Amino acid sequence: MAQKSLQPDEFLPLPPATFHILMAVAEEDRHGYGIIQDVAARTGGELKLSAGTLYRSIQRMLDKGLLIETAERPAPELDDERRRYYRITPLGAAVAKAEATRMSKLVKWARALGFAPGKA
Amino acid sequence: MWFYKALLHLYPSSFRAEYGEEMCAVFERRGTSRLEAMFEVLANAPAVHWDILRQDLRYTARTLARAPGFTAVAILVLALGIGANTAVFSVTDYVLLRPFPFPSPDRLVSLWETVPGYRHMELSPSNYRDWERMNRSFENLAAVSTQEVNLIGQGAPERIKAAYVTGNLFAVLGVQPQFGRFIAPTDDRESAPHTAVISYGAWQRVFGGDAGVLGRKVNLDGALIIVIGIMPPGFHFPNQEVELWMPFQFDANAFSDRNDNYLDGVARLRPGVTIQQADADMKVIADQLRRQYPKELEHTGAAVNLLRDDVISHPRRLLVVALAGAALCVLLIACSNLANLLLARALARQKELAVRAVLGAGRERLIRQLGTESMVLSLVGGLLGVLLAGLGLPLLTTLGPSLPAAGIPAIDLRVLGFAIVVTILTGIGFGVVPALRVGRTDLNGLREGSRSGGGRKAGLRSTLILAEVTLSVVLLISAGLLLRALLRIQSIDPGFRTDGVMTLETALPMPKYENLAKRTAFYRRVLSEIHDLPGVADAGYISFLPMVMGGGIWPVDVDGKTLDRSENHTASLRFITPGFLATLKIPLHVGRNINESDAADRPMAAIVSESFARRYWPDQNPLGRHFKFAFFDRTVVGVVGDIHVRGLERSSEPQVYLPYQQQPDGNLVFYAPKGLVIRASGNPRRLLPAVRRIIQQADPEQPISDVRTLAEIVQADTAPRTVQVRIIAAFAALAFLLAALGIHGLLSFTVSTRSSEIAVRIALGAQPRNILRIVLRESVLLAAGGVILGVALAYAAGRAMQSILAGITPGDAATFLAAAGLCFLMTLVGSLAPALRALRVDPITAIRAE
Repeated sequence: MAQKSLQPDEFLPLPPATFHILMAVAEEDRHGYGIIQDVAARTGGELKLSAGTLYRSIQRMLDKGLLIETAERPAPELDDERRRYYRITPLGAAVAKAEATRMSKLVKWARALGFAPGKA
Repeated sequence: MWFYKALLHLYPSSFRAEYGEEMCAVFERRGTSRLEAMFEVLANAPAVHWDILRQDLRYTARTLARAPGFTAVAILVLALGIGANTAVFSVTDYVLLRPFPFPSPDRLVSLWETVPGYRHMELSPSNYRDWERMNRSFENLAAVSTQEVNLIGQGAPERIKAAYVTGNLFAVLGVQPQFGRFIAPTDDRESAPHTAVISYGAWQRVFGGDAGVLGRKVNLDGALIIVIGIMPPGFHFPNQEVELWMPFQFDANAFSDRNDNYLDGVARLRPGVTIQQADADMKVIADQLRRQYPKELEHTGAAVNLLRDDVISHPRRLLVVALAGAALCVLLIACSNLANLLLARALARQKELAVRAVLGAGRERLIRQLGTESMVLSLVGGLLGVLLAGLGLPLLTTLGPSLPAAGIPAIDLRVLGFAIVVTILTGIGFGVVPALRVGRTDLNGLREGSRSGGGRKAGLRSTLILAEVTLSVVLLISAGLLLRALLRIQSIDPGFRTDGVMTLETALPMPKYENLAKRTAFYRRVLSEIHDLPGVADAGYISFLPMVMGGGIWPVDVDGKTLDRSENHTASLRFITPGFLATLKIPLHVGRNINESDAADRPMAAIVSESFARRYWPDQNPLGRHFKFAFFDRTVVGVVGDIHVRGLERSSEPQVYLPYQQQPDGNLVFYAPKGLVIRASGNPRRLLPAVRRIIQQADPEQPISDVRTLAEIVQADTAPRTVQVRIIAAFAALAFLLAALGIHGLLSFTVSTRSSEIAVRIALGAQPRNILRIVLRESVLLAAGGVILGVALAYAAGRAMQSILAGITPGDAATFLAAAGLCFLMTLVGSLAPALRALRVDPITAIRAE
C-alpha cells in the first residue's frame, strides 16, 4: 500500500534507523543481517540494530515504498534461501537525500552558534 | 532459540510469518542475550501492532466514509444499545450494587419490633434502652427518629427535615464531621445543653458556608440550639432529605410507655457476629422482656435486618432488575442486528476481501481489519451512547429511593468503566462472528459471476434474526404486563377526589403551639381567610396528608373490652377540621360530619371509615357506639368511605377522624394538624401567593413546605412504576424497530440472491401468489419461531416479576395475544418492500445477469 502522493520532504524527519537502512542499501541490495552488519561497520560499532527494530523499520519502509523486496538473488554459493534482499527505490533515494540536506542545514545553523565543531 | 521463538509470538502473526525466520537467523548470528532479546521484543512488538492498527484505522475510516448510511445506522443502533445500558447501570449501581459510604457497611443492621401484622415496627424508647443494655451482638446500638423542624431567623422561616439521634449514632456509622464535633453520649443527657449538627448542604444553603456558625445559637421551633458540628458533603442519614441532627435527650417520661413506638434502631454488628446470630440474640432478649412485661409486650418480638435490605425494598429492587434485563435485551438485539448488517456487508465486500487476500493479506490480517472496523463503530457508538445516557439519566433517577448515600445516580467513573467494558464486549459481540466467517473467504469470491452468500451464511443470519424477534417479543410482553399492572394500580380508587385540590404543610412548632386555643385560633383564621379567596370551594386541615404519611396507627379497644392485640386491631388516627372531608370529597355514608361545636368540652366524637364500622359492628348501626382510642373513649358520629392512606398498592388500616378541637393541650402533639388542603376551581396553584400571604400574616415565623397538588401526591405514589413502564415500553419499541429492520434486510438479501430462481419461476408461469409465498414463507417462519420462543421466555420473566405485577398473571392472555399479533404485523411490515421487489423481478434482466 504505497502512498504515491507523498513528496520526499513529507517523510522528514526520518527515524535514525530508517536513514541508516537507506544508506545500507544505497549501493547494493542487502538482506537483513547484511544491513545490520553494514550499519555497524559504518558507525564503527556504535549502532547495532536489533532484529526487531530492523524488520519493523523494513516493513514500514516497504509499505511506504522506500524499499522493495527484490527477486534477484546473488550467486547460489553466496545465497541462503531464507534470506530476502531489499533494494532502495527512487523514492527511497530521494527521501534519503532530502534527509541529508535537512541535517546538513541543521549542522550549518548549529555551527553558526558554536554548537558544533568546524568553521563558523 | 526456543526462547526467542516464543517471544516472537508477541508480534502480530502476519509479521511473524513474514520475518520470523529471518529474525531468528539474525538472532542466532548476533548472539544476543536473552535479556537483550526480551527488551528488544517488548519494545518493538507493540510498535508493530501499532503500525498495523494505524493502517487498519486509516482503512476503516475510508471504508466507513464510503458507506455513510451503513455507518450512521450502525453507530445509532450501538449508541442506543450502549446508552440504554449505561443509563440503567448507573441506577442499578446506585440502588443495588454500591455499598453505603460507611466503613464496613455490611455490618450495619436495622432493628425492629415485630407484632402480628407488622414486621417492621419502630422501637419504643424503653425497649430500645433494654435492647441496648442486654444485647451481646452489637458494638453499638443507636436510635434515630426523623422530624421536621422550623428554622427561624435565617431569612424566611424554613421547614427542614431533621433527625433526633442517640449519642452513639456516629460511633455506629463510623463517620467524622467535617468541622466541629459530632453529638456525643454526653450531649444526649436530659440536662445537657441543646445542640445540633448540620449537613454540609444546609451549611452552604442556609448559612452561606460561614465557618462562624459553629458555636452559634439558632432558633429551631422557637428553642435556641447551639450548632456544634458540620458534616462532610457526602453524608446522608437516614436519608438524603435530613439536614440536621439533634440528640434525643430523653426525659423519664419517654420511658413510661412500652408501646410508644417511634425509634428506628440501627446497629453495628460486632466483628465476626453474623446477622442470623444477632437476630437469634435479639429474639431471646424479646422473650425475656415479654416475661418481664407480659401485658405490654405480649406479642412483641424482634427482628434484625441488613440496613441496605431495609432501605431498598424488594419491589424497588425488582423494578430495577427488570429494567436492567430489558436494557440487556436491547443491547443483545442491537448486537445481533449489527452482526447481521456486517455479515451482509461482508458478503457485498467479498470480492474486495478476496482481492486483499490475493495481495498477501493473511486471514489474520483480514480478521484484524474487520475487528478494527467493528471496534471503531462500537467505540463511536459507545461515546455517543454515554452522551445519550447522560441526557436520559434524569428520567431514571426517580427509580432510586432516597438512600443514605452520596448524591443521586450519575455518570461517574464507575459508570464510565462499565460503559467501556460494555462497548468493548459489544464490539467483540457483533464483530467476531462476521470476522471469523469472512476470514474463511477463499479465492472463489473472485470467480466471474460467483453467487454471493452460501447457505450457511443465510442460516446464521436467520438465527440472528430469530434471536432479535424472540427478544423483542419478550420485551413487548414484559412491557405489556407491567403496563397492565400500572393501569390496574392507577385505576384503584384512592377513596378521595384529587381534581382541583392543592396541598401544603404548615407544621406548627411545639411547644409554641402546645396550647389548643392557640392552634385553634391559627387554623380558624387561616381557613376562613382562604375560604374568602375567589374560586375556593372548601379547605381543611388534617394531621397528615394521605399517601404522604402512612403511619400514625393506634390500637382500638371496643366497648370497654381490650381486643386481642394479635388480631391487628389498629386504625390510623387523624385530627381534622370540619372542611377536610368535603375538600377531598370523601363520602359521608351515615351520621354527620364533625363541626365547630365538637369542642374540647363536648363528648369526644369520632368519624370512622366504612371498614372500621364493618369490622366492629357488622350489620349494626355504628352511630352512637363507643370505642377507646388514643387515651379516650370516643363516640361514633359518622361513617365515611375508606381511603388509601398507605398508597394505592399497600393495604391500609381503617381510618378514624377526630375533631381538631378535641386534642387537649400537650396531647399527641405530633398529630396536631399540619396538612392543609384547598379545593378550588381552575388551577389551584394560582392561589399560592394569596395563601402564603394569609399564613404569613397569621404567624410571620411560620414556614410553608411541601406545596403540591393532591394529584401530584397520588402520581408520586406510582411514579417509579410509571417511569419504569415508559422506559421498558420505549425499549420494546426500539427492539421492534430493530427486528423489523433485520427482517427487512434478510428478506431483501434473500430476494436479491434468489432473483434468478424467481425469474425462472416467473418465466415458467408462476403466479404472483407463488412468488409471494417464497418470500413470506421465510418471514412467517421467523415470526412464528420468535413468538414461540419469546412467549416461553416472557412467561419466565413474568413469573420472576410476579410480585410487582399487582395481580396480573404472568401468563396474561390479552398481553400475550397482543404481543404475538404485533409481532406478525411487524414481520409483515418488514417483509413488504422485499416481497414487492420479488414480484417486480423482470425474468429477462435477471436471467441475463447470470
